[in-house]
Amino acid sequence: MKKIIAAAVVAAASFGLVTAASAGTLDNVKAKGQLVCGANPGTAGFGVPDEKGNWTGLDVEYCRAIAAAIFNDPTKVKFVPLSSKDRFTALASGEVDVLVRNSTWTMSRETTLGVIWAGINFFDGQGFMVNKKLGVKSATELDGASICVQQGTTTELNLADYFRANGKKYSVVTFGTSEEALKAYDSGRCDSYTTDRSGLAADRLSMAKPEDHIILPETISKEPLGPLVRQGDDQWLNLVKWVHFALLIAEEDGITQANVDAKLKSDDPDTKRVLGVEGKFGESLGLSNAWVVQIVKAVGNYGEMFERNVGPKTPLQLARAGNALWNKGGLQYAPPIR
Amino acid sequence: MSTQDIARHTSLKVVFYNDPKIRSLFFQVLLLVAVVALFWFAYDNTVANLKKRNIAQGFAFWNVEAGFDISQTLISYSAASSYGRAFWVGLLNTLLVSGLSIFFATLIGLIVGILRLSKNWVVSRLAGFYIELFRNIPLLLVLYFWYGAVLSSLPEPRNSLSIPGDIWLNSRGLLVPRPVFLDQFWVVGLSFAIAIVGTFFLLRFNAKRQAATGERLPAGWISMALILGLPLFIYFLVGQPLGFDLPVKGRFNLTGGLNLAPELVAMVVGLSTYTAAFIAEAVRAGVVAVSKGQSEAAHSLGLNDGQTLRLVVLPQALRVIVPPLNSEFLSLTKNSTLGVSIGYPDLVNVFTGTVLNQTGQAVEMVSVTMLVYLTFSLLTSAFMNWFNTRVALVER
Repeated sequence: MKKIIAAAVVAAASFGLVTAASAGTLDNVKAKGQLVCGANPGTAGFGVPDEKGNWTGLDVEYCRAIAAAIFNDPTKVKFVPLSSKDRFTALASGEVDVLVRNSTWTMSRETTLGVIWAGINFFDGQGFMVNKKLGVKSATELDGASICVQQGTTTELNLADYFRANGKKYSVVTFGTSEEALKAYDSGRCDSYTTDRSGLAADRLSMAKPEDHIILPETISKEPLGPLVRQGDDQWLNLVKWVHFALLIAEEDGITQANVDAKLKSDDPDTKRVLGVEGKFGESLGLSNAWVVQIVKAVGNYGEMFERNVGPKTPLQLARAGNALWNKGGLQYAPPIR
Repeated sequence: MSTQDIARHTSLKVVFYNDPKIRSLFFQVLLLVAVVALFWFAYDNTVANLKKRNIAQGFAFWNVEAGFDISQTLISYSAASSYGRAFWVGLLNTLLVSGLSIFFATLIGLIVGILRLSKNWVVSRLAGFYIELFRNIPLLLVLYFWYGAVLSSLPEPRNSLSIPGDIWLNSRGLLVPRPVFLDQFWVVGLSFAIAIVGTFFLLRFNAKRQAATGERLPAGWISMALILGLPLFIYFLVGQPLGFDLPVKGRFNLTGGLNLAPELVAMVVGLSTYTAAFIAEAVRAGVVAVSKGQSEAAHSLGLNDGQTLRLVVLPQALRVIVPPLNSEFLSLTKNSTLGVSIGYPDLVNVFTGTVLNQTGQAVEMVSVTMLVYLTFSLLTSAFMNWFNTRVALVER
């Protein structure tokens, strides 16, 4: 009889009677001793594992920044590579604690998927890549083209909108992953491949001959990309949101990986608050007051992360443009720490 | 002496909870209640949890505008159509690729299976090589091969390969002439139907006549003449009411004709060559299972090779062939879900892929898709079981 009861309990538990805690993500992460981060399976500059299995990229460093804020150790992250199709389900079901994976913030995603964005770490837009030999100079010349696209993205919808709005014809070939879509484009199945411009820059580099392909000048959509979490845990949402803001504020205040220790002696009251010399801002998030020091020591500020992963000196050669700080003509703006 | 008789004779009063019948009934009801309760609990719990996490549920999305395009649609569909319509597009694409592949797989399988038994050493070894090759490679690789390797070696549209019969082949697919049915074509169709019905009666008459007199008409030749000849005769009589829209080579691309997308071609070729290997083995097993004495007896009765195969060996072999064939058809249909990896817009690609991701309602999508494949499989099984009882050994 005891065995039967035990079996019933196990069965009940496996059906989710004991629900994955939607509250207390921070406590869970601390108990596990590591942050589980939903990552891009392979987009250079944003999230890609190298030969040794070390993950690098802008999105990846966001996960490291969160881990540094919690554990003072940027290596305490487990990366789970997710396809576009599976990412939101993985987050909503509790498989990952946070999703930082070039995910576009849209209204329907936030109102129906049970997820919420913590900020925008990259302002992007959708573009097209074509082979040079087609002689196409603009997206307006793509009438009648066949276009390869990855499934489960805003890209699929924008593409249909763009051609509908311009009264042009096209045929779409939809693939489960970006690798398959890109391979089909490379083998000549499609005239063009479309995704976010940052992704295009990365994918172009992965082609056999990058110089054979050009990215067309048109941007056909707004793609605000950023980290997101499950709904229903405001403490965790706040933490991820403020790690993002702290990275921006650190850049604004000129706090870098190199000078962070020197800055601890700064007389500037804002810098004192940011670095936890004054006030208890870290504790209010459930962290140590030196949380920003920990983050900046681990990954630097937002500007440093950008330059290191996707900036003009990297193979991707992306300009700051919309991703510059608000006082430098960009869109990146953080509320103050006070 | 039945159980009741024993009970009456022994006249032992059995307490109701020791009565085996009541006991077994009690436990069966208990099990049923437990199973139903478990399912209800799982359902209720899922709904409650989804609600708690602010995840949308229900089927309200069904009539919402889809907003994405699909490369191959058998019914009219555009980005302005609903998610429900996208479901039917995916469903029909799955049926198309499964139906075509089952047809070709059976055909290839039958031929290869019989060739495998050929007395010609080279032929039987070649058939054996084919079977071993495809049986031992994962299907996904077979699909990647046909799609990736073959596709990338094909020329771009402006350098299309020409195949006699106005067929063109390029990296965008296979362009074939599209038949255009003119107004009077229905007469030809009707004559074809009449020929088939006529053949049916001819075969019945022939069987009766043979039973009565022992003589046979050359029914095969007569029915072939009837089925092919009559529609052809009518076709010319009403003035050839069938035209073809031929693909024409333009400056950049080919226009006109019927374009079979590379995804469809790769799926059909991949699925049928793969499944054919298994069907060939089933066919071989069936033929080998008929003991040699049967054909020897048939030969000694004066039947020739063809008659022996058709009248003696095959009817007996079918009993062995049909049950495994059923499961091959089932796996083929289920294997068609691999289409997503080469961009074929089947049900899983369109519905469990794009629609799921745009609406985020995984539970609904996966349940509906599972239900669809379950229905396909049960229908295929029901048909094959019916066919099996027709060919099964009639025990007297």
